[in-house]
Amino acid sequence: MAPGALAQVLREIPSMNNPNVLVGLDTSDDACVYRVTDDIALIETVDFFPPMVDDPFVFGQIAAANALSDVYAMGGTPVLAMNILCFPNCLDVEVAGRIIAGGAEKAREAGVTVAGGHTLTDDEPKYGMCVTGMAHPDRILKNSSARAGDALVLTKELGTGLIMTALKGDLVSEESVLRAVDSMRTLNRTAAECAGDLAVHACTDVTGFGLAGHLCEMAEGSDLSATVSAGAFRLLPESLEMARMGVIPAGAYRNADHFGAGVSFDEDVPTGMEDVLFDPQTSGGLLFALPPADAEVLLARLEDAGVPGALVGSLAPYEGVRVRVRA
Amino acid sequence: MSERFDVDAVGDACPIPVVKTLKALRGSAAGDTVATTVDNEVAVQNLFKMAKEKGCSATSEQIADDRFVVTIEVGAGVAVASGEEDAVSCEVAEPESASGIVSGYVVAISSATMGSGSDELGGALMKSFIYVLGQQEILPETILFYNGGAHLTCTGSESLEDLRSFAEQGVEILTCGTCLNYYGITDELAVGDVTNMYVIVEKLSQARRIVKP
Repeated sequence: MAPGALAQVLREIPSMNNPNVLVGLDTSDDACVYRVTDDIALIETVDFFPPMVDDPFVFGQIAAANALSDVYAMGGTPVLAMNILCFPNCLDVEVAGRIIAGGAEKAREAGVTVAGGHTLTDDEPKYGMCVTGMAHPDRILKNSSARAGDALVLTKELGTGLIMTALKGDLVSEESVLRAVDSMRTLNRTAAECAGDLAVHACTDVTGFGLAGHLCEMAEGSDLSATVSAGAFRLLPESLEMARMGVIPAGAYRNADHFGAGVSFDEDVPTGMEDVLFDPQTSGGLLFALPPADAEVLLARLEDAGVPGALVGSLAPYEGVRVRVRA
Repeated sequence: MSERFDVDAVGDACPIPVVKTLKALRGSAAGDTVATTVDNEVAVQNLFKMAKEKGCSATSEQIADDRFVVTIEVGAGVAVASGEEDAVSCEVAEPESASGIVSGYVVAISSATMGSGSDELGGALMKSFIYVLGQQEILPETILFYNGGAHLTCTGSESLEDLRSFAEQGVEILTCGTCLNYYGITDELAVGDVTNMYVIVEKLSQARRIVKP
């Protein structure tokens, strides 16, 4: 849903004030966290969507990587997953099998047991997972606990929404599409493990609200201002060209509408970068806020592990705008 | 004489309105206008961005609740015409020049006959293939002839007239020199140029589309 509409709907859920709910609805976080004992917290998340690629196995992989990502973004380890599959009668049931197989493959890679699920007949296929993860209650990574002085490190390349939109019009090369697909089906597990023992103050995964939207939420939740450098972001090949060419998904405009007031772009930011930063990401990377020294360590580890990572900006006390984008 | 091209993109989801408009721009000249009708604001904004990137000016008019017309004025020297180094217009469809030649489209002819079975029938089919190939809206950039195909570009070939017409329209006609030599017909080459295996490998490996009858 569009961010504004979602906020309106969620207002209908009464607040329960359960002290064991460590992360709930109030902070727009990636998953909810429930304290079971003083040493164990459960992380619960659900995510599913319609296909953005033709290959059902690859779609399954992407949907699973995307669902699992929320647990990594909370600093947890995913342990159990349940499938959610909507599937039309008119399609060969083998296609459904390939989707489930793609999801299962990712689950196995994550060390997660697929323990059940639910299917539903629907006009359009949709697939995803409900994932349970575990973490120590004191080691939960919220998106709202960043500190002034933190550096911002982003993993994965931006631009999946633009490339997938361009694919519908046959506007991008096969290599760029493959690069985007590989990025979307890559688990955020390695990225999360690289940060595991560092002093990460806040973390979120970059998905439907785009980098600017999710960073806005992090800055607002932490009552800080973020400054990022447009030139520091790693972009999927051809994504900036697609933005300039007006091949921009509707979601990017919705994000700009909702978060635009909190984001300022310097005049010399290259054309198209605004659309890239609001581009909704499928199974995007992790955005970490952590002390600059730890950020250096994280970047070195990411590079060793072959994960695209970039130091994209920093956080400072609030100064009138949530996110400032410099050239 | 400036022309107006109307593009109907009502009911089309992103990026189709941009794709359709780019296609119309490609067939336009300086001074022309392209007017695209769309049914949503996102398409309007995307078309404005595309026009700006192309160096064209654009205006929009809302003609009904869910109808907008975006009018793009094609300026002089705008990189929408064919043959420009323009990543996007090259990717929309395959790049096409005014004569319909598609870069990266290669036809490889390895025999004087088409298909296996009767050679008489195969010869007639090949003649017909080359004729019909020349009647298409799009033409290959290069036609390669090797092995038995080398006979088709030499004196006595029934396709010479068709192949000369290709050559006149700018299609590159290349025949394998080793093959001409082998069949002893080097002096009889009547259309196009002689080539070698390096060029053949390069043409085939860099082709975006290869057609082999």
